[in-house]
Formats: sequence, C-alpha cells, structure tokens
Amino acid sequence: MMEWEIVIGLETHAQLRTNSKIFSGSSTAFGAAPNTQANAVDIALPGVLPVLNRAAVECAIRLGLAVGGKIAARSIFARKNYFYPDLPKGYQISQYETPVIAGGSLAIVVGQAGQSYEKTVALTRAHLEEDAGKSLHEDFHGKSGIDLNRAGTPLLEIVTEPDMRSAAEAVAYAKALHALVRWIGICDGNMQEGSFRCDANVSVRPRGSEVLGTRREIKNLNSFRFMQQAIDYEVQWQIATLEDGGRIEQATVLFDPATGETRAMRSKEDAQDYRYFPDPDLLPLEISPDWIARVKADLPELPAEMKARFESEYRLSAYDAAALTAGREICVYFADCVAAAGRENAKLCANWLMGELAARLNKEGREISAAPIPPLQLAALVRRIADATISNKIGKEVFDALWSGEDKDVDAVISDRGLKQISDGGALEALIDGVLAANPKSVEEFRAGKEKAFNALVGQLMKATRGKANPQQVNELLRRKLSDRDVLRPPD
Amino acid sequence: MPLNLDQIERLARLARIEISAADGGETRDRLNDVFALIEQLQAADTRGIEPMAHAFELAQRLREDAVTESDRREAYQAVAPEVEAGLYLVPRVME
Amino acid sequence: MINSSLKELGAALAEKRISSVELATLLIERIEALNPTLNAFITVDREKTLAMARDADRRLGAGLAGPLTGIPLAHKDIFCSEGWLTTCGSKMLANFASPYDAHVVQLMKAAGLVTLGKTNMDEFAMGSSNETSFYGPVKNPWDNTRVPGGSSGGSAAAVAARLTPAATGTDTGGSIRQPAALCGLTGVKPTYGVVSRYGMIAFASSLDQGGPMAKSAEDCALLLSAMSGFDPRDSTSLDRPAEDYRRDLEKPLAGLKIGLPREFFAAGMAADVREAVDEALAEYRRQGAVTVEVSLPSSGLSVPAYYVIAPAEASSNLSRFDGVRYGYRAPEYTDLADMYCKTRAQGFGAEVKRRILIGTYVLSHGYYDAYYLQAQKIRRLIANDFVQAFRHCDIIMGPTTPSTAFALGAKSDDPVEMYLSDIYTIAVNLAGLPGMSIPCGFGGEGGKLPVGLQLIGNYFDEARMLGVAHRYQLATDWHKRMPEEA
Repeated sequence: MMEWEIVIGLETHAQLRTNSKIFSGSSTAFGAAPNTQANAVDIALPGVLPVLNRAAVECAIRLGLAVGGKIAARSIFARKNYFYPDLPKGYQISQYETPVIAGGSLAIVVGQAGQSYEKTVALTRAHLEEDAGKSLHEDFHGKSGIDLNRAGTPLLEIVTEPDMRSAAEAVAYAKALHALVRWIGICDGNMQEGSFRCDANVSVRPRGSEVLGTRREIKNLNSFRFMQQAIDYEVQWQIATLEDGGRIEQATVLFDPATGETRAMRSKEDAQDYRYFPDPDLLPLEISPDWIARVKADLPELPAEMKARFESEYRLSAYDAAALTAGREICVYFADCVAAAGRENAKLCANWLMGELAARLNKEGREISAAPIPPLQLAALVRRIADATISNKIGKEVFDALWSGEDKDVDAVISDRGLKQISDGGALEALIDGVLAANPKSVEEFRAGKEKAFNALVGQLMKATRGKANPQQVNELLRRKLSDRDVLRPPD
Repeated sequence: MPLNLDQIERLARLARIEISAADGGETRDRLNDVFALIEQLQAADTRGIEPMAHAFELAQRLREDAVTESDRREAYQAVAPEVEAGLYLVPRVME
Repeated sequence: MINSSLKELGAALAEKRISSVELATLLIERIEALNPTLNAFITVDREKTLAMARDADRRLGAGLAGPLTGIPLAHKDIFCSEGWLTTCGSKMLANFASPYDAHVVQLMKAAGLVTLGKTNMDEFAMGSSNETSFYGPVKNPWDNTRVPGGSSGGSAAAVAARLTPAATGTDTGGSIRQPAALCGLTGVKPTYGVVSRYGMIAFASSLDQGGPMAKSAEDCALLLSAMSGFDPRDSTSLDRPAEDYRRDLEKPLAGLKIGLPREFFAAGMAADVREAVDEALAEYRRQGAVTVEVSLPSSGLSVPAYYVIAPAEASSNLSRFDGVRYGYRAPEYTDLADMYCKTRAQGFGAEVKRRILIGTYVLSHGYYDAYYLQAQKIRRLIANDFVQAFRHCDIIMGPTTPSTAFALGAKSDDPVEMYLSDIYTIAVNLAGLPGMSIPCGFGGEGGKLPVGLQLIGNYFDEARMLGVAHRYQLATDWHKRMPEEA
C-alpha cells in the first residue's frame, strides 16, 4: 500500500474593518437593504473612477508587520477581467505581479495538549483587492437577484506556501490567522457574515516525492469545522481516485456541509484567462518607511511575542502559551489574572484558565468575555491555593460557588463553608493516628509492600476531613508514622 | 501570424460577444489587418526600457476613510433593465 | 452674433444687448434648421436648455455673472449629464439618462454655461470620422459629402456650422484635434490629468483627456480655465493650483523656438496640407519665431503602439456594459452567458467590437508581454523622444492630419487606413503632452476644405501654447471663416 503525503496551501480573504469601501465612499456596514450601500462607483456607472482608501492600506501594513513580511515600497493594482453578475465592472481590482506584502510567516501549534507540536507556515504574499457583490438564488421567477452592497468592500487576500500536511495543520493555521487579524484590529473575523473566508488548495503525492500533485481548490470555507471536514473528504477522495488508477484534474470545488462531500463547480469560464494588466485608473501605491514606522508604533504586542514571553517568563508550555495567546480576549483575561495573582503564580493561573475555566466555558458554549468569574476572582482563588489556605481540590468547590454566582468573594466562601485547609501538624497527627487505628488491614498491606494501600489511607483521612487536610502535609506525616511503626515491627 | 476562425471565436467568448457565422470571416479578416499593423512593434529594440503605464510617475493619492455616500438606489435603478425588491435581476446564476 | 467670440458674447450678455434665453433660442432654432442635414446633435432639449438660460439671466441680472455666464455650450455625448440622455454614440446606452454629472459638466454649470445639447460622436469615441455612431454619421459643414473627423465629430461640426459657440470634446488619439482640423476650428487637448475624467465615459483611461473646441485659441483658453482643475474623485487628476490659461495670450513671439519634427514632414502629408502648414510657419517666422528641426525617431511606431494600448484598456473598460445594471439588454436569450453575448453583440457596433477583440487578444495569456508590455515600452521611447526634442525648442509644430476631410465611406471598410488618419496626433496622447489644432488655410478641390496646424506644448505649457496660437490668430482670419451654409 502506498503512503500518501497531503499538501495544503490556504488563501484567506479577510474583509478589512474600514468604514468605507476600498475605492468609494460607500459604507461597508453589514446587513443593509439590498443595493442601498452601492454607489455610482460600486455599481460601475459609466464614467466613474476608483480612489484608494488609506485605511485599507494601513490594514495591509499592520498585517505585514505582524507576520514579518516585506512591505512593498511600491505596489501595483491590476485588473482581473471576467464576467459575472456580482462583478459590476467586469473586472476585479486586485494586485497581481507586485502585491503590497511579500513573504512573512505564521507560527502555529497543532494538536491537543500533551501531544502538540509547533510549526511555522510560510506566507507567499498578501494583497489588497475589492470584494464582489452577492448573487441571491431565491426564486425570482427562475432568476437570480444581485445585491452589490458588498461590492467594493476591502479585502486582504493572504496566501500561504503549500506548507501544511494535514487538515489539522490547515485548521490550526486558519485559527491562528483568524486570531491575528482580530488581534491587530484589521478584520472582525465574523465568519457567518463572510468577513473571513478560506480557500484550500489540496493535493496528495506519494510520500518522498518532490513533485506536487495536481491540486483542487476548495472554495469559500466559512467555518473551521467545515474546513476540517472538507479537507478530510477531499484528501480521501483524491487518494481513492489515484489508487483506483484515476487522475486528478485541476478544479475548483465546493464543500456541501449537508453531504460532507466536495464537488466540482461549473467553471465560470470555459477557458479561464483573466487578462491581468495594471489598472490605468490607479497609480502605483507607495508606502514610505515613515508610514510603516508610525503603524508599527501603534501596533499592540503581537501574539507570537507574547507567547514567547509566556514561555520564558512564566515557564508555560508551548501549547498553553499558544492557547492563551490565541485571542485577544483570553490573553487579556490571563494578563489581568496574573497581574492580580502575582507573576510567581502565573503558571497556576494558566492551569486554572486552561483547565477548569476553559472546560466550563466549553461545556456551556460561552465565550471567555461572558465568563461569570472575572479575572480578579480567579486570581484571588489562585492566591489562596498558592498560599496553602485551600488545596487545589477544594479550589474546585470554591470555583463552583463563584461560577454559580452564589458568592463573589473567595475568602468569604472559604470561611463561610469552613473550607480552610487543616495544616496544623498536631491536629493532623491525631487524625492520622485515628485512621491508622481504624484501618489495620491497609497498614498491613502497605507493610507488605503494596503502595496502593497508602493511597487508601490518604483517602480515608481526606474523607474524615472532608478534603480539607493539607495533602502535602498528610503525605509527609503518614509516611513518617508508617515508617515509625516499621521500626517497632518485630523481626520476621 | 494571422488568427484563424477558432481563435477569433475564443476571443469573442472571452469578451462575451456573439459572432454570427455569417460575420465570422469578415471579422477575422479585418482583425488580421490590425494584427499585421501591431506586429510592427516586434521589430523595435526595447531592451532595458521600463514599460510606461501612466503619463506621469506619480504615486496613488489616498482617500480618507469616511462614508461620503448616501443611498441613491432609486435613481440608479431607474435606468436598470430589470429590478425587483431592490435587486438587479439576471438569468439564473449557476455554480 | 453667431460668429462672435466668447468674449464678445460675454460682453453682449453683460450689457444686456441680448439675453441668455434669446441666445439659446436663436441657436436651438439654428440646430432645428441645420441638424437634420449635419446630424451633429444626438440630444437637444429646449426646456432644459431654456431653464438653464433663465437661471443664467437671473445671475446676469443680479450681477453674479462670470465671464462665461449665459453662454451656450454643447457637450460631447461622452460626458455624463444628470437627467440628460448620455449615449456615448452607442445603442448600448441609447436609453441611459445619466443619474449624475461629470466633473466637467459640473464645472461648466458652475461657470454659468448653458447646456445646448449633447453632440454626436463615434461610438465610445472609437473612430476618426464619426461614422461609427449608432446615431449615424455627422456631415462636415464645409462639404456634406465629407466626414467631420472624429471622434468628437458632432462637437466639431456644431461649432463649425455655428450651431454653438463652443463645445466639449475628448481626445484619446486625436479626437479633438483631428475633427478641429477637418472642420476649421480650434481644439485643445490638455496635458493628461489637467481635466478630470470623472463622468467622462472611459475609452482608454491612460490616454483620455477632455478639452474645449471653439473658434479661437482665446475662446479655448477661457473654456479650459473653467473646465480644468483638481478633482479628488479621479486618481489621475493632477493636484495643481488653478490656472488662468489666458495669461500668455498677449506674449510676443520674438525668440520663440519652434521645433519641426523631421518625421512629421516626411512623405505621407498631402501637398495641400503641406502648403498651408508651410505658410503658417512662414507667418510665425515673420513674427520673430525661429524654426529648428527636431526628431521623434520612435513616433513611427505610435500608431501600432496605440492600437495595442487603447484597445487593451477599452476591452476592460467596456466590460461593464453587460445588460445588468443599465443600458441595453438583448430581448431574447437562453441563459446568463447568452444574455451577455447577445447584449454585447447587439449593443455594440462593429468598430467597438473589433477593438474589444483586439484588446482581449493583446492581453490574453501568452501574448501580454509581446504586445501590451512591448507597446508600453515603445510608449516610453515615444515620450522620451519628446523630452529630447523639447531640449531644443519651446513648442513643436506640424500638420494635425495627413489630408483634408475625406469622403464619407472612403475609409469605413478599412480600419487600418482609418487608424492612419491619426498618425500625427497619437504620439501626443501616448506622451501625455498638451496639443492643439488651429485652422491655417484651406485645401482640397477648389480650396474649400480646412487645414489644421498642430501645436504641441511641453507638459503644463498650455498657457504658452494658447498664446502662440492666439498671436497667429491675431494675424490671420482662417479661424473666422464659416462654411457657406452657416
């Protein structure tokens, strides 16, 4: 059986968060009545002309800086010519030979905690272009309706090298990019509204081969789940086709979420030839080093920088550091939590955030911005664990109380419910003596070398204290007591 | 090299212009006259010459990001061939 | 009155010797009488015109008038004019009432000019004889069996026949200067970027420039001052201070160095044109100018370079005419692709379709470098030639056209022959320079057909160029001659 290697490259269209369109003064707000935000330029009346929006360019510079790409001092807008009813001019203004951003990369973490790995995805380019309108296929007497409100919305198309080797890698990249564009404020990332859309170029080749297989492009993936499903399906389809002796034809395909399958689109033109040429209505876009410096000064600390800082300063794992910098909201939550709990407790904060809090949010389908426990409360809880007022386990009980909203104050929960940890050596010793006396069988077994019996004794003690005994102290005291008895034990 | 009818028809398809069978030959002949004229360009030595796309070597002027347009749908759609519910209607778009 | 200069008309209006309404009415009546023969206008709308004239009269009465207030003006039908049919000479836009005004139309309104109507033109400005118009050919007022030139043939014929004192035109490869020459008037193509292209239906965006067509350089200077200026809606509009193009009208010619391109005076120019041009140059020398020979070695390739660049841009610019949002839609079709193909086949005329196909070809995969990029490189060589030439002279002169007006139908079946009518004008557009044509005599059988002298200025040197033309017009009266029927 041949082993196959999967090769994936992604092209992402991120709608830029500008007030007005890329080449006209129409609003870009989503959801207006059809064609009410399509002005003379957007509907391409005869005689109208485009003028470039400064904010769209600035978004491109931000991305270029964030991915370490080369920001072109001079880039050119070109016309991509094709006929389609949602493309009013009969051409799309885009960038072709000289894009605004060349190169750059994005670091991703792939897989689950404990078995994750890091990878860097190289970017080919990012270029500015205009979005098309929308064709609505509801029945207008067998016709389609065209809404040009979206036409002219600024897009940044971000293209990767064919660097990804699995659907999981592709999804990890898409998520990282999604987080990044929101982080730097250039895109709202709303995938339902189409603000962030991915096309995946997928091919397979025999492992070890240097030659790329023929690719098929899966268009318009607007959720991470669909991306995973679509690529998985496409890959198995391509492998099955090749193993059956078939050939892959280059094609554009659509993913049907209902069937979970991909299918080839009817091609827009029998022979595609876009006849790109520099747009004579627009002059070369020049970006000065000054402008880049101003944008740079205005940029927040980037997720990659923060991730590195979390790993080195807080000793977080790469997986945790990546997860905590996967979005602005979680990162801000973490930062606030650490600020209140103390830097020395950062790791514990991360554990609680990634553990109990994340699990609860996930279970209830909530975003971190809607978490019922604010970062300062979680920090207070972490501090009480760190200073041994309560154990980690009791911490969960406190967490529950905070989550339900019954209580707001961590110390009040601890004192009201008597959750304070028993760390008094004398008291614990007395309790241990009682447990040993009541469980001679376990003591015997332990002496016989069964380590399990030790845990049973700890369990008994915890039961007796309703979990409040300081686990570390219990461990130490119990071992000492048991070894003391060893001394007393008569020789065999 | 003169273009044949198939090549002319391919251009016409790209340009979305129907050419009737009756007009094909005439169209081809007139176009080939023009192609012969522009073929003269091939003789010129342009090594090292930068292409000139614009009259002036200027940079693109940028617009401030402000919404300056109001809704004029009614006026714009008054000249449209077919509209309904604010949408431009076209024969069904297939994907 | 019909042969008065704009200055004289302005004075008559200011002194209330005539009202704008009277002037407009007089011209509308002339149009009604002569247009059935000449076919210079596509649209005349008496009510709209008179409403504007009444408004102008109010401004004149209130002392709020400028030098052009109340003077009638015809717009080439390529300029979008709100509420007016704006057809661009095409069936494609035969039903298109523009919902907005071109920048030029706005400026002319603001200056108080009264729109007299929309003039006929070659379809989408593609032609040199005004025979490609969906609305039929325009006749040359000097000889109704001959073409007026194109593509601004309607504007040229209207001014020549004194149906309007002035008109707007556009010039992509000679479309103002060539018809001005063939109809015996003065027409100016400004430096690229001086007149906004916003609302001027695009033919070849990197070459198109609007400009005035009138009887004299002085009239054109006045009009250009009104129609030029920075427009933020056109990215190629030049952000320069406003100019009064009349400022050099009185400047003497002594010491002026006139460059005569060797290539323009080689074989190909008709003898009658040569004679008139030589005589005009002699007049300049009499006024103290000197002539020097200059060379434009690459200008011989200007026609083929132009017929790559202009159709390439046009093929893309005209893609918006698809029957979806405005304009013509074929009455019958089977599906979307068929709707496009039939709409465009029926809505465009033969020459427009030809140029779209040429443009599609030169931009298509595998041909782009050989044709489009090569043409752009030659464009650079041509522009460089002018830079070199202007090191040796202040202004360049030569013929505007190789011959006087040709007969209707003479070249309409031979596109290449037609394209060569613009052999002297095209290089100016490729370089982006200002150029103009002024009447300099007559030729043809019986000496009844006007000949044009072309003046080419350096970048932004319109004022000086107009001054040089004006000094000639002070000494000659060719520009005052009217065709007999007028």
